[in-house]
Amino acid sequence: MKLTLKIWRQKNAKAAGGFVTYQMNDVSPEMAFLEMLDALNKKLVEEDKEPIAFDHDCREGICGSCGMYINGHPHGPVPAITTCHLSMRFFKDGETVWIEPWRAKPFPVIRDLIVDRTAFDKIQFAGGFISINTGGAPEANLIPVKKEDSDNAFDSAVCVGCGACVAACKNASAMLFVSAKISQFALLPQGRIEARDRVRSMVEKMDELGFGNCSNTGACEAECPKEIKISNIARLNREFYKAY
Amino acid sequence: MAQLNAKIPEGPLAQKWTKYKASVKLVNPANKKKLEIIIVGTGLSGAGAASALGELGYSVKSFCYQDSPRRAHSVAAQGGINAAKNYQNDGDSIYRLFYDMIKGGDYRAREGNVYRAAEVSNQVIDHFTALGVPFARDYGGTLDTRSFGGVQVSRTFYSSGQTGQQCLLGAYSSLNRQIKKGNVTLYPRREMLDLVLIDGKARGIITRNLITGEIERHSAHAVILATGGYGTIYYLSTLAVNSNPSAAWKAHKKGAFFANPSFIQIHPTSVPQLNEFQSKLTLMSESLRNDGRMWVPKTKGDKRPANDIPEDERDYYLERRYPTFGNLVPRDVASRATKERCDAGFGVGETGLAVNLDFRDSIKKLGKKVIASRYGNLFHMYKTITGIDPFEEPMRIYPAGHYTMGGLWVDYELMTTIPGLFAIGESNFSDHGANRLGASSLMQASGDGYFIIPVTINNYLSDEIRTGKISTDRAEFEAAEKDSVERINKLMSIKGKQNASSFHKKLGKVMWDYCGMVRNEEGLKKALVLIEELRKEFWSDLNIPGTEAELNQELEKAGRVADYFEVAELLVTDALNRKESCGAHFREEYQTADGEAMRNDENFSYVAAWEYKGAGEPHILHKEELHFEEVEVKVRSYK
Repeated sequence: MKLTLKIWRQKNAKAAGGFVTYQMNDVSPEMAFLEMLDALNKKLVEEDKEPIAFDHDCREGICGSCGMYINGHPHGPVPAITTCHLSMRFFKDGETVWIEPWRAKPFPVIRDLIVDRTAFDKIQFAGGFISINTGGAPEANLIPVKKEDSDNAFDSAVCVGCGACVAACKNASAMLFVSAKISQFALLPQGRIEARDRVRSMVEKMDELGFGNCSNTGACEAECPKEIKISNIARLNREFYKAY
Repeated sequence: MAQLNAKIPEGPLAQKWTKYKASVKLVNPANKKKLEIIIVGTGLSGAGAASALGELGYSVKSFCYQDSPRRAHSVAAQGGINAAKNYQNDGDSIYRLFYDMIKGGDYRAREGNVYRAAEVSNQVIDHFTALGVPFARDYGGTLDTRSFGGVQVSRTFYSSGQTGQQCLLGAYSSLNRQIKKGNVTLYPRREMLDLVLIDGKARGIITRNLITGEIERHSAHAVILATGGYGTIYYLSTLAVNSNPSAAWKAHKKGAFFANPSFIQIHPTSVPQLNEFQSKLTLMSESLRNDGRMWVPKTKGDKRPANDIPEDERDYYLERRYPTFGNLVPRDVASRATKERCDAGFGVGETGLAVNLDFRDSIKKLGKKVIASRYGNLFHMYKTITGIDPFEEPMRIYPAGHYTMGGLWVDYELMTTIPGLFAIGESNFSDHGANRLGASSLMQASGDGYFIIPVTINNYLSDEIRTGKISTDRAEFEAAEKDSVERINKLMSIKGKQNASSFHKKLGKVMWDYCGMVRNEEGLKKALVLIEELRKEFWSDLNIPGTEAELNQELEKAGRVADYFEVAELLVTDALNRKESCGAHFREEYQTADGEAMRNDENFSYVAAWEYKGAGEPHILHKEELHFEEVEVKVRSYK
């Protein structure tokens, strides 16, 4: 298949960026989207041109490294997958594909499609943990947890921290990301003990880093590759009210 | 010549670790703050060690090449984590876990280390549970387990098919707590370029800031490598595409012996290669073999759709060959049996390099809902990649490079042959012998990081309390930095045509063809010639656009590929040296009449520890003889 790619190129955080057009003439529908970019980069290097920089690592949808806007959607047009799992069979011969980095003030562009997501880590440093020292844990089965609660906690805990929710939100809100961690711990007896301090510190840090408020639009839920539910945000709000 | 001393404590096996802990030297809490520890890698072992050592009060510096510690490749482990809890009352114990690992590793691991790994496994589960890791639970609220290959008990704790992710995020959370407290300083997007030795001791590392290209010096009183394995040597593997052995290799070139490099696990169940552009192979967890049956048609070249092939025309080859363990034989055995069927022409799919993993019978028996709760995300992932729904049709799978049992040689204290340099998790060689059993890598990595290194490192650091801060202005740092810069300049100045990945791909093919699931002398010798040819081509035809003083992913990749050639050479050398078949290392010349591995205990019951002697010089082999006091060394049988 033949594709026209319009890719955002930006030398560094301070430089002005812009779209550059690339013609791809031999894209196989069996390729993964990132493998299509690999093929383009191979060609660029052979022409002694700088390849397109993008984050990627596990290429099996779990590390959360990859992420780019593809035709107006974070991680592309197919729901519930990360960019690395997007197959070229979802594109049509002759199509023009627009590829951009996450656009959000708290995620400044580093180069091309790579953005700085350390703000997410900073929120987790603020309170995304249960304070227990190594060796101090009780025997595991002394903490029984209702299966339903444990399963729900797991559903929240599968967040990969890719940042699609922030990129999808018109307010660049990190509420879905923060609520996933808050929910995981709020649902477990181990996490209840520090629930109050945790929600205060994480929300405070989130605000300080310039993430916007939730507007209840639901774009985050619609675009989340791991299908984290917006009901997590409701739980975050409840935890937050309880904490003051 | 250096002497290998594993420093295994005296006394009965079950008391070695207890005795060690009771007699190990300690560091006064007031002195800990003054001692700095560098930890490279933030996977389960690295993040675990950083948090545990931070909790103790040491000043820890934690490095990773990713943008966040949460992305280390432990995150991708799927099926589970073993522990000897015996929650199922099915006869499990620390001893049985130890025994299964020794046997599973085909009697090529140290008894002392393996017993300890089994011993701390229960604490690991307690710790993760307390950290809020949502392991699967039963309706009564207690933890659930499942079975894995090579064992007959149910001891694997899991979180759907994302156990690695949940454990790693647990470790990441404990790391975050120490970062907040100021005990750990995080250095993300850094690549280790060299190890710095002062008076023979590991005293620091040289790193490249991957965003700015800046070369940095970092000093410490001890350095811990938690940098994973070298399975990406095959190019196509189940590993993250950026996983690489460069840090361990740099340490090797500075004097750390490299042990059993040829012991690489080929995982039996991965999504087969679909096209020539493919950049990685996605694992389908071993846990699937609990409920999935592996089969090929009984007729060669049978091209009918799997569901149209009647029961009596299917060859459930694992159940046929290994009736006792059936589909739950260890990985090395399953991989070879699959290769045997495909090589004989019974493989399925367009390439014939695939077999069926079929859930039809389990779905019939347990219902779709139960199967979905056990493997939902794996089925979803498989469908995403291939477009085929495993609820309707069997998965097609094929073996892929996965885990390296070999690694840096370490003693009982997890210290390498360089004083002050430690290696933990997959980066060391110590616990899995010639083959790792499923769900024991999360177990070993967590045990090393959280429970072993925080004890053993004290023995070394207790002698360092008077050392004082180590200046990075010292000549040793300057020299190491100069070497790193020169190497980068050399790579940048080749100005050929091809990108680094092209070379990696070619090298991977050589390694897969001649040093993969089966090996023979002729092939291995050929591989050495081909590697050398490729290496020459690399150093004359590589191209890296851009400059070194900025984010440059081609430069990152090129540095790693340059090291892969050297690692590959040692791997093949080790495979040539080991004239026996054991575990994952299968030499065609050494097999039984029915195609099973034939060990040679008389001549090869040793750890092969290789010493680097300089560029172009042959490696020197040191043998650490293995002594089995507790278990009787037998022919490994799963029949």
